[in-house]
Amino acid sequence: MLSIKNLHANIEGKEILKGINLEVKAGEVHAIMGPNGSGKSSLASVLAGRENYEVTEGEVWLDGKNLLDMKPEVRAREGVFLAFQYPVEIPGVSNINFLRTALSEIRTHRELPQLSAKEFLKMTKEKQALVEFEAKLANRSLNQGFSGGEKKRNEVFQLAMLEPKLSILDETDSGLDIDALRIVSNGINKLRSPDNAFILITHYQRLLEYIVPDFVHVLYNGQIVRSGTKELALELEEKGYDWLKEEFHGSESINKI
Amino acid sequence: MEKDDLMLEQLANREYEFGFVTAIDMDISEVGLNEDTVRFISAKKNEPQWLLDWRMKGFKAFQKQEMPHWQNFKMPEIDFQSISYYAAPKQQAKYASLDEVDPELLRTFEKLGIPMSEQKQLAGVAVDVVFDSVSVTTTYKKHLNELGIIFCSISDAVKDHPELIQKYLGSVVPHTDNVFASLNTAVFSDGSFVYIPKGVRCPMELSTYFRINAENTGQFERTLIIADEDSYVSYLEGCTAPMRDENQLHAAVVELIAMKGAEIKYSTVQNWYPGDKEGKGGIFNFVTKRGACRGERAKISWTQVETGSAITWKYPSILLQGDYSSGEFYSVAVTNNMQIADTGTKIHHIGAHTKSRIISKGISAGQGQNSYRGLVQMGAKAAYARNFTQCDSLLIGDRCGAHTFPYIESKNNTATIEHEATTSKIGEDQVFYLNQRGIDAEQAIALIVNGYAKDVLNQLPMEFAVEAQKLLSLTLEGSVG
Repeated sequence: MLSIKNLHANIEGKEILKGINLEVKAGEVHAIMGPNGSGKSSLASVLAGRENYEVTEGEVWLDGKNLLDMKPEVRAREGVFLAFQYPVEIPGVSNINFLRTALSEIRTHRELPQLSAKEFLKMTKEKQALVEFEAKLANRSLNQGFSGGEKKRNEVFQLAMLEPKLSILDETDSGLDIDALRIVSNGINKLRSPDNAFILITHYQRLLEYIVPDFVHVLYNGQIVRSGTKELALELEEKGYDWLKEEFHGSESINKI
Repeated sequence: MEKDDLMLEQLANREYEFGFVTAIDMDISEVGLNEDTVRFISAKKNEPQWLLDWRMKGFKAFQKQEMPHWQNFKMPEIDFQSISYYAAPKQQAKYASLDEVDPELLRTFEKLGIPMSEQKQLAGVAVDVVFDSVSVTTTYKKHLNELGIIFCSISDAVKDHPELIQKYLGSVVPHTDNVFASLNTAVFSDGSFVYIPKGVRCPMELSTYFRINAENTGQFERTLIIADEDSYVSYLEGCTAPMRDENQLHAAVVELIAMKGAEIKYSTVQNWYPGDKEGKGGIFNFVTKRGACRGERAKISWTQVETGSAITWKYPSILLQGDYSSGEFYSVAVTNNMQIADTGTKIHHIGAHTKSRIISKGISAGQGQNSYRGLVQMGAKAAYARNFTQCDSLLIGDRCGAHTFPYIESKNNTATIEHEATTSKIGEDQVFYLNQRGIDAEQAIALIVNGYAKDVLNQLPMEFAVEAQKLLSLTLEGSVG
């Protein structure tokens, strides 16, 4: 579904992704872990098409289409969804009205018929139940006055509504207490299907106890330095990232010799 | 990026939708302004002597007055001698039915989307249409007549209800008020008149549609609305003008009078031609609007959506004379490209326990300059009067400006005045967030702006709120980037 080949990207002239390679197939869940500043969130932003990143090299394909050629809204309509680490507040714009607009754009792009108001409301109720998102939040202004946890749940609610192919969750677990984490994870597990894929960006192994990934990758200094299965996450939890850093810098110095 | 810029450029260059000119035979006075011009207009309209005398007083006041100098822009030179002060479609006798109206004129109204056809009348809007200087037709008259409601052109009102006109015309905005109001007094051509009798609730929105069509003309309409005791009326005006390279002057006066327990809601959706991207042409919109709450518990509410005009200079005001009377001012003013808006309100708390609420939302894009100017005055007898003002500015891009000039005067220490103000910019983060959900930049801006203006748009009658939302989006198209 997603194929990233030798992806390099700069922000403000500084290279932040230094040759990422990643293959994600439909039905898979990939976790990307790594210490702060390793490029995890940058990778998410580049895939979503944030403007201040400049791709200098490499390719990204989504089901045979060149993702890097598309504007952010087209990527979204093609089925890329980013659950933001810090969702913005938009005063006066109701969550529901916003979702209706988004869904209508996406369905138009996918050549699906528009939903009637009744169908839309029915869908809203179902998806709300799925991610245990309160009705009153759905009617409020977009993220305005939401707690950190409510914002994250709103992201997952939107994910459920927009039914993307590829969902990228950027530290969705951060700032969630254990109950909220369970609710969010349950929601995502229910949304998993053979037709969609997830990339979970996370700092901690904790999330992966609830959402079991097929693959775990470690991102460090703009590159994927190690890939494995869920056992890798446990190893990281046990040893921290320092041994990886040493190994990486060690091998780098060996190469130089 | 380049593609984006190109797209934005194209959208920014989108033309003003209502910029067509209608080819109709016009009866136009010669350009220039002197006592004879005033006499000519008065004679054209077969006016009684008292009205001519009042016009003359206005003209004399106009000659003595200076252009205002306190506004936050350089007042353009206006050559009052190069304007024609009267233009009317020639075939302008009385129209018994729409069939008799010049079909070309009807097509114009159709293009403007004015609800004149039978179908649209069913939507429940009674419309008075002022085309250049003459009121063309007033729909729905019969139904309103049965309730004792008078809704007609001000010219007809002079003939049919002279006692009301003589008593109230100029009673809120005197002929000496300001240079534009004095000019309007001297040369006003037509406008609408509304009288709601005691205890009557007007069952439909009343609406006037203004259009400047002829070249080198100004439009000087005059509106007078009287709501007698315990009555209610909601009134809406809309306006457009053809695209012309030279500036055109619009200097209207609106007077509202609410008696004891009466309520007047006055809404404006102003979409005069704003001029082109370089600031060439466009309407100078210099308007005096004032309402008086004459009796206890009277209420006046101004709602305005100002998206057009090269320059907007207007401060719809309210005199809160009756005890427990209340006033509201809701405003959204948008300036894009080279547009200038200096607008706000004046609320004079005269009676005790009066209260007022001001919500102003300025939106600046392109190189537009947007000023809020407001005065809240608590008089010596305004015991326990209350005011709340919220004044927000939204900036799109980094070449526009937002300015706030709030004035507060209080002579009563039991009065309460609250003022809140914010300035914000549409963030790239907000736009990107919406992009990431499949919404393009134009629509994202429209959503954000409509969300921002929601408190004001909610005050408009339903069908016009939808219209105003579209207008906001249209005005701001191409402003992202």
